Amino acid sequence: MGEKVQTPTKIVKKKTKDTAFARVAKYSSLRLLSLFITVIIGVYLTIMIANMGGYVDKIMKGQIREKLIVSLREDPNYQLMEPTAKATYFEARVINEEKRLGLDQPFMIRSFRFLYNAIRLDLGQAQFMTSDAGSRSVKLIILERLPSTLLLMGTANFVLFFATIALALVLSRKYGSFWDKFFITASPLSAMPSWFYGIFLIMIFAAVFKILPFGGMIGSPPPETTGQYIVDVLIHLILPAASLIISAFPARVYNWRTFFMIYSSEDYVEMAKAKGLSDKTIRNRYILRPTLPMIITSFSLMIIAMWTGAIITETVFLWPGIGRLIFQAVGMSDTAVIVGTTIIYAYMLAFTVFFLDFAYALVDPRVKIGSSSS
Amino acid sequence: MRGIKKVFKELKHFPTAVVGLVLISLLFIMAITTMVVIPYSEAKILWRGDEATTYKNPINARPAWTNIFREEKWPESFAVKFSESDDVIYTVIDKEENENTEKITTKMSYSFDYNYGEFPQEILIYFDSDFVKSKPFVEIRLLTPEGRDIKIISKGLRPEETYRFNQDMKLESKLGEKTSLIGLFATLNPKTPEEPEVAKGTYTLTLTSQTFEAGSSVDAEVVLHGLVYGFAGTDHRRRDLMTALLWGAPIALLFGMVASIGVSVLSMVISAMGVWFGGWVDALIQRITEVNMLLPFLAILVMIGTFYSKSIWTMLGVTILLSIFTAAIKTYRATFMQMRNAAYIEAALTYGASNSRIVFRYLIPRIIPLLIPGLVLSIPGFVFLEASLNVLGLGDPVLPTWGKVISDAYYQAALYNGNFYWIIQPAILLMITGLAFAMVGFSLDRLFNPRLREQ
Repeated sequence: MGEKVQTPTKIVKKKTKDTAFARVAKYSSLRLLSLFITVIIGVYLTIMIANMGGYVDKIMKGQIREKLIVSLREDPNYQLMEPTAKATYFEARVINEEKRLGLDQPFMIRSFRFLYNAIRLDLGQAQFMTSDAGSRSVKLIILERLPSTLLLMGTANFVLFFATIALALVLSRKYGSFWDKFFITASPLSAMPSWFYGIFLIMIFAAVFKILPFGGMIGSPPPETTGQYIVDVLIHLILPAASLIISAFPARVYNWRTFFMIYSSEDYVEMAKAKGLSDKTIRNRYILRPTLPMIITSFSLMIIAMWTGAIITETVFLWPGIGRLIFQAVGMSDTAVIVGTTIIYAYMLAFTVFFLDFAYALVDPRVKIGSSSS
Repeated sequence: MRGIKKVFKELKHFPTAVVGLVLISLLFIMAITTMVVIPYSEAKILWRGDEATTYKNPINARPAWTNIFREEKWPESFAVKFSESDDVIYTVIDKEENENTEKITTKMSYSFDYNYGEFPQEILIYFDSDFVKSKPFVEIRLLTPEGRDIKIISKGLRPEETYRFNQDMKLESKLGEKTSLIGLFATLNPKTPEEPEVAKGTYTLTLTSQTFEAGSSVDAEVVLHGLVYGFAGTDHRRRDLMTALLWGAPIALLFGMVASIGVSVLSMVISAMGVWFGGWVDALIQRITEVNMLLPFLAILVMIGTFYSKSIWTMLGVTILLSIFTAAIKTYRATFMQMRNAAYIEAALTYGASNSRIVFRYLIPRIIPLLIPGLVLSIPGFVFLEASLNVLGLGDPVLPTWGKVISDAYYQAALYNGNFYWIIQPAILLMITGLAFAMVGFSLDRLFNPRLREQ
């Protein structure tokens, strides 16, 4: 398949240079379209799963009746009504409540309306959840959780990204040394997920030494001055961030080291060494430059990861972020919130994939947009 | 076969791989022995934790071996059924016989040594009495090493009756201590007057029963709940953690290996077929992969667990399904693409080999060396995924697994209350499993990709 696409583009390239723009435009519009369709399918699938293919409707209708029976039992006016009037009043209340939750329409129609709203980023109202400020708007609920997730994931990921690359660069040029062997041996430690390290960290630092809090994001009662508040949040940040970093660190170092090693054993690096170029020049121009696409990919995936949070780590540390929000939303079967978080994730991933194509072309002159199928 | 032998021979040069292989074999031995010794049906009943299976166990008892590190030992649990024990001394004190009544007073005394540094968690006496009309009567007394003879209670017995020392509020207020058992077991002359201290020595528990009918009898079972129990301790529902620690091994291995083999094999076969048939098959696989990579994996799994079923088979199936169409399928595709035009495939085509023959006999075998390190390396991920689902409360409700123990402990605030044994034991087993496969996997990776080797 690869060759079939390549042949015509090669001919076009020979004809005239102006068509490069047309080629890029055609490629990017096709790519955008295919990504958009992918997002639509992905989000629709999420809607179907989050509603159990419409089964959640039945559960909710049952719940409405159950709740109504309980609340009307304490209503003296209702108790005094005639049996027939009681029944009509009850049904009217049920229909009213079903209408409020949008249950009066068939699920298939609603599922497409959900999809249409989600695609337009109109996240709508949550069915059961509220933000801490009391709002039902899914957008506000997500926005409220976002800063804490960004803080946690941002800290952990930035440390991971820069520390592992820097360390791997050093190790890749000292292969066979003690530290290189040490990190190779330590790499299996990443088999354990961050919540697992989290539990151990809680045990050591919170339970035994009692120097750091068990979880949460702020002490109770919260400190009064802004300065103290920041310090308190940072203290609460240490353990969850550390567990995220520790769990990913060894494997990341190993992978980057291996990756850099492959590039630093290329002939042109040997040539540069033979020319007597300085270590710094070799590192920046001959090793880092060709690995830039990979570094950019990793960086952008890191940015996406920051937005979605870590479901289990946030749950274990009672960190009020997006990950825990997703978990809570599923527990309350609040479809609107689940779909809301998914659509944001899907859009971000799709846009990143799209822009990465251009980023590759920018940093690597060998890559031509649209000249080969990816 | 020779290929496998060669791989093992080569692996010997990696010390981490040797350690990993030894650990994996030990885990397999543990898993198989467990399945033979405690059959699944029995493990399920033990883990359900009915009173019948757990009444002899204390709540949240530490493992018994922790006593090795204690100067003042913690009490161990014991249970004595009076009618079956030789250590119980029966003496008939009084016997009155009329025409239709027979009144017998029997003294049953049981002596036990109590040389521990802590008070027992609870003492229970299960009475089992036979009578037609007139209830038997019993008096419980305890003789301490310091010679105090304390009357605990005297009461009439229903056919089955349980007496719990620490729940007797009357006794507690009579003794004037925090709990009845502290009042009973405390020495009269503690070193520090504020803190109650155990009086060490031999205690004698005496039950004096009176029956009023011919053939009427009283039997009792005394259960002392200590603070340590068995090799692994117990949880908040008195269940022996050993059940879960042992049964966790086969379940973790099963989940990890079935998931990783399923995912690797299926994604390999699917990508090979996509490459060979090309056209819409390939396009479809590519699109499914893109859609799947867009879906948040764990969130979907959480939804399936919450809405549909928490059964381990459902979870396993969904995990495999969601993990097939990932980045790995793209890697395999790239490799198969290079192979597709190889001369030996062309040769196969000329002699008229069928599509399935080419896919399964010519394309797939060539990629297996690439596949194996990835397969082994993905096992820890799946083992921990099963544990993670448990921590999120989505574990199979009936299965005793390591993750289940950790999540129980976590939600019972074990870390906060200092019950570290509860989390450490399953965690170490999980860690060993994860590390063992990861060690072998990383070594295999370096073996099959010699460019990455250090020298």
